[in-house]
Amino acid sequence: MPPAIDVRQARKRYGKLQALDGVDLRIEQGEFFGLLGPNGAGKTTLINLLAGLALPDDGQLSVLGHDVVKQYRASRRLLGVVPQELAFDPFFTVRETLRLQSGFFGLRRNDAWIDEVMHHLDLTSKADTNMRRLSGGMKRRVLVAQALVHKPPVIVLDEPTAGVDVELRQSLWRFIQQLNRDGHTILLTTHYLEEAEALCTRIAMLKHGRIVALDSTQNLLSSLAGCRVRLKLSGHLPVTLLSQVVEQTNDDYLLTLPSYQALESMLAELRVAGVAVQEMTLQQPDLEEVFLRLVGRAVH
Amino acid sequence: MLSFCSLLYKEVFRVWKVGFQTVLAPVLTALLYLLIFSHVLAQHVEVYPGVHYTAFLIPGLMMMAILQNAFANSSSSLIQSKITGNIVFVLLAPIAYWEFLAAYVLASMLRGLVVGIGIYFAALWFAQPPMLFPLWIILFAVLGSAMLGSLGVVAGMWAEKFDQLAGFQNFIIMPLTFLSGVFYSIHSLPPFWQALSRFNPFFYMIDGFRYGFFGVSDISPWVSLTVVGGCMLGLMLLSLGLLKSGYKLRY
Repeated sequence: MPPAIDVRQARKRYGKLQALDGVDLRIEQGEFFGLLGPNGAGKTTLINLLAGLALPDDGQLSVLGHDVVKQYRASRRLLGVVPQELAFDPFFTVRETLRLQSGFFGLRRNDAWIDEVMHHLDLTSKADTNMRRLSGGMKRRVLVAQALVHKPPVIVLDEPTAGVDVELRQSLWRFIQQLNRDGHTILLTTHYLEEAEALCTRIAMLKHGRIVALDSTQNLLSSLAGCRVRLKLSGHLPVTLLSQVVEQTNDDYLLTLPSYQALESMLAELRVAGVAVQEMTLQQPDLEEVFLRLVGRAVH
Repeated sequence: MLSFCSLLYKEVFRVWKVGFQTVLAPVLTALLYLLIFSHVLAQHVEVYPGVHYTAFLIPGLMMMAILQNAFANSSSSLIQSKITGNIVFVLLAPIAYWEFLAAYVLASMLRGLVVGIGIYFAALWFAQPPMLFPLWIILFAVLGSAMLGSLGVVAGMWAEKFDQLAGFQNFIIMPLTFLSGVFYSIHSLPPFWQALSRFNPFFYMIDGFRYGFFGVSDISPWVSLTVVGGCMLGLMLLSLGLLKSGYKLRY
């Protein structure tokens, strides 16, 4: 069984910028895979190479065993891409747009599936509305529908929920999760780390065109052993604990602890120093922490 | 094949939806040329013996409109799609390069030919040029519109802004059409300009097209056919090569 997506040593340069610098990535069929990274990390470049919107300088990329350059027609038939940029053709209605897109993929009489997709994306009432008259959120739904008209086994979503309301985000994820349960492979890039954490079974993190982490979401989270504890104290933190401080505002401290067992000794040291704990909150590690640690800069 | 049909349908539908601007407007412009030039020059000029200047003008204006509209169609469609970003839907689809080219060129030909036919019928009110060799007329109309449709694909790929495309149209297409013998026979020009006109492929399109109407031309229609056919083939191959390389479409 060929992998849904296979990327080997993909390189792409734009002028002086090395957008992708030898990326290797293998995504198995049926996975819900997340691709994370700060702006300019190379996520969209990688997606563009897979979709044929850009041509690689070096390396091989394939979709379900079909090379994206040499067998571009076969690979594009298997791929549905929701592009990041909000684009539409102002000459057509929603239904005309979806019928045309079906035609581009060689499908005739696709109305039953078009109706189903529109229903799931809450577009039915707008079927005969010109694209120009739709709101930004509605246009984004049509983009998603366009990517799905040919029932692609591999679906790529490049920041599909950027700037859209909570309602669409939730209905979109329900639909995408349903498609994933039905066997479709999903590749998602998002800036919303909680989305990736909730949806993706495996995650790759990109930085400066290279993959800096590639593992299951669970393993990435557990790689951050221990926990964080936020304390409000009656006095100053003992000197012995200062090395564990991440943030400090007056008598508010955020400390990292190597394990939950370390909590006991921390409290003991506070007792010995005569400092009382006024408030205490324990924080679980999340994907954002992994992301920040690996990528080394804030996102959003 | 269905991908090609869908892309062709999209392109034709686009023209149809703005038919007022894409078909009626150029017909009106050609009629204005005809009205003014025939009024001013008809009494003074006889290009071919026995051929009234107004009748002489009609095939030239038809061909000029066919060429300009064929070029405008593919080039403006591509640049609009590139600038608004909706070209992505075509680029993501499994459309072969030849299907892409054929759809854009055929839609351009269709627009050019519809405008040309529109001018012919509207111009009948002014004069009725004979149609001695209809096959030559059809052949040059088809080859000329295909050549300019193809050139429009190249220009549409090359241009990144509307003003670049306008520059291409104003500084290349317009001079080549106006200096190709639409309004005159090149035999009326001084030797230097006559010789220079022979480097203008548009001259051969108009001269060959006019031969189909009057049975007389500045140059043998076979020579014109060879030049126009060669240029069309060359431009088709160039467009296909550029599409294959992803020139300014697939970065």
